[in-house]
Amino acid sequence: MPVATPTRRAALPVVDAHAPNGAPVDHAAAAARFTADEPRTDWHDGALWFVREKRDRQAASLPEWEQLRELASQIKEHTLSHLDEYLIRFEERATANGIRVHWARDATEHNRVVHGILTAAGSRRLVKSKSMLTEECRLNSYLAERDIDVIDSDLGERIVQLRGEPPSHIVLPAIHLKKEEVGETFHTHLGTERGLADPQALTAAARAHLREHLLAGDAALTGVNFAVAETGGFVVCTNEGNADLAAALAPVHIASMGIEKLIPRAEDLGVFTRLLTRSATGQPVTVYTSHFHGPRRGQEMHLVLVDNGRSVQLGREGFWRSLKCIRCAACINTCPVYRRSGGHSYGSTIPGPIGSVLTPGMDLKRYGALPFASTLCGSCAAVCPVKIDLDAQLYRWRQLVADAGHAGVSKAAAMKTTGWLLARPRLFRAAGAFGRLALRVLPARARRLAAGPWGRARDLPPAPAQSFHAWYAARERAGGAAGRGEGPGA
Amino acid sequence: MTASTSERAARTVGAVGRVALFVPCFVDQFYPRVAIAALTVLERLGFAVDVPESAVCCGQPAANAGFARAGDAALGALASAYARADRVVVLSGSCAAHVRAHAAGRVAGRAVEFAAFLHDDIGVDAVAALGARLPRRVGLHIGCHGLRGLGLARPTELQVPPFNKLRALLETVRGVEFADLARPDECCGFGGTFAVAQPALSAKIGRDRLRDYTASGADVVVSTDMSCMMHLGGLAHRAGVSLPMVHLAEVIAGDS
Repeated sequence: MPVATPTRRAALPVVDAHAPNGAPVDHAAAAARFTADEPRTDWHDGALWFVREKRDRQAASLPEWEQLRELASQIKEHTLSHLDEYLIRFEERATANGIRVHWARDATEHNRVVHGILTAAGSRRLVKSKSMLTEECRLNSYLAERDIDVIDSDLGERIVQLRGEPPSHIVLPAIHLKKEEVGETFHTHLGTERGLADPQALTAAARAHLREHLLAGDAALTGVNFAVAETGGFVVCTNEGNADLAAALAPVHIASMGIEKLIPRAEDLGVFTRLLTRSATGQPVTVYTSHFHGPRRGQEMHLVLVDNGRSVQLGREGFWRSLKCIRCAACINTCPVYRRSGGHSYGSTIPGPIGSVLTPGMDLKRYGALPFASTLCGSCAAVCPVKIDLDAQLYRWRQLVADAGHAGVSKAAAMKTTGWLLARPRLFRAAGAFGRLALRVLPARARRLAAGPWGRARDLPPAPAQSFHAWYAARERAGGAAGRGEGPGA
Repeated sequence: MTASTSERAARTVGAVGRVALFVPCFVDQFYPRVAIAALTVLERLGFAVDVPESAVCCGQPAANAGFARAGDAALGALASAYARADRVVVLSGSCAAHVRAHAAGRVAGRAVEFAAFLHDDIGVDAVAALGARLPRRVGLHIGCHGLRGLGLARPTELQVPPFNKLRALLETVRGVEFADLARPDECCGFGGTFAVAQPALSAKIGRDRLRDYTASGADVVVSTDMSCMMHLGGLAHRAGVSLPMVHLAEVIAGDS
């Protein structure tokens, strides 16, 4: 297969996962656009449901699954409750291991630290391996502006990078794309033949292309799945081995981690590695679970500890448990809304239920729609391997969004009127009688219009002549149920 | 919950219990037949049933939309209407879950969903004694709040021994066969105000749920939640699909 010379960076558009110009994310509109293509929606839903079913089979294969979830939840809650102590311990041990530890308060500081390391080492080509944190910090565009070549080496990430799109999923970044679309992308950027859609051939092309970049990289950046306070080491989980290859080849290894990724002891690790991949992709374990404890001879190893809003979230009673998240995406895969609206509709780095809980705290006005992108069905919380009460947190965010006046003027007025009416039984029943009468006498077309957004795809049930309470009152007047208050009616 | 069969029989046949029934706003207005069926079932089981007039809604629509304070006025009215009831049977899993989660110190601990009340407090034997019959292939629908919020059945995410209170109750009904769904507890997409805020997505999720019922050969859908049924029934009607949506109470009362 002919593989063209490596793509020049200038050809790559700069990716911004977030809404343009800071405009509020309109999930409903984006979702309506996504579902407009129904066969594609079905395909997307089916692909994610397939993963959810694989997860179910793997979870069912461990009799101790629910105990593992409970244990993982407790370990995380304990760690988060003593995060300051564990972070200091981790820094001490990591430093003793020869890792240079950096602290970053926010995205800008993180990007500045990474750029500083690259500049000091004279690195111009950074090979990245799957780090949602650097997506969150928008590192790629920051470095691109400073003339540093950034290559995402994870296949899915590379595909979306070539297309100039943000990942649509945190574990399966290109799950929104069909193999034909990947073939088209590779034809444009890698010079593969037009119309190529065989996954194996496409993977081979990507492999050859990525290997050139992996060999040419003079610095590697990886994410961190778990960092262990006791040992000062960290663990990176991948299925493609790209993190290992990048880190093993490059003279500089930078690891970026959110401060919530910490666990206390090495022996806790097994609890999480057993849960992570089973929950994520339905595999018993990732193909590569790499443990880094210090630089190899002649290598520099840096670790950047990033806050970027996490300590604020930690201080939010009612939301701090969201930091237990181990980024498995099980909640995303199971969410009926995500499956049918796609990751891009969320306009945030992390889509789905966990993203809708983590993101509003960054900018309530911009991301105020996300807690409403849910039916509150609770599947996310039930599937979560660390037992985050996601639906309850979505409910709480809704109250804060409405309190802050971001729920929309007409909705606020409607809900206040509704609440007022629902607390007044007589008035409600009078309004109900009027409404039912209207529904009975109006022609079908007018009924649909009267039903508003409800009536676009659904009919209202036929309106009965009498409400239950009217029926009941009439029965009471007539003497009530047979035997009422005198003995068993059965 | 631990009462033996004989104890349950004694309680339901011998001594008369007294319960209060809460009929949610939309059931009151659109599905009086369901509330009448629930009342009939409770009375035939030997209960004297109170239905106070001064409560219409649990306030969930406003609360889920972010206006919990607006909804709390309705919840407060409900709590005072049922202040003296020992047991409040709520005719909706979704409303029952809301009351239990958000009416702390008021009626939360005394509120119980209709199917849970039949299964846990009355027992399936007493329900079987009512002799209902439904020679149909039944697709079950337990609303998400009833399923995961109240524990009416084991959701597919959890790795615990399977149980399904709705199914156990329907197994006492003669002639019932069960349809096997590809996704037994997929959300129907109603989600209260979600149905209006995101009509396209809500309808899509609902159409998928309907397709699962028709593909599995169900000829009736039986639920504990008329809100889900209002949504799915509205989609079915618009699509010209004939698939009756009934409440468990109607099946047990024998008039579905």
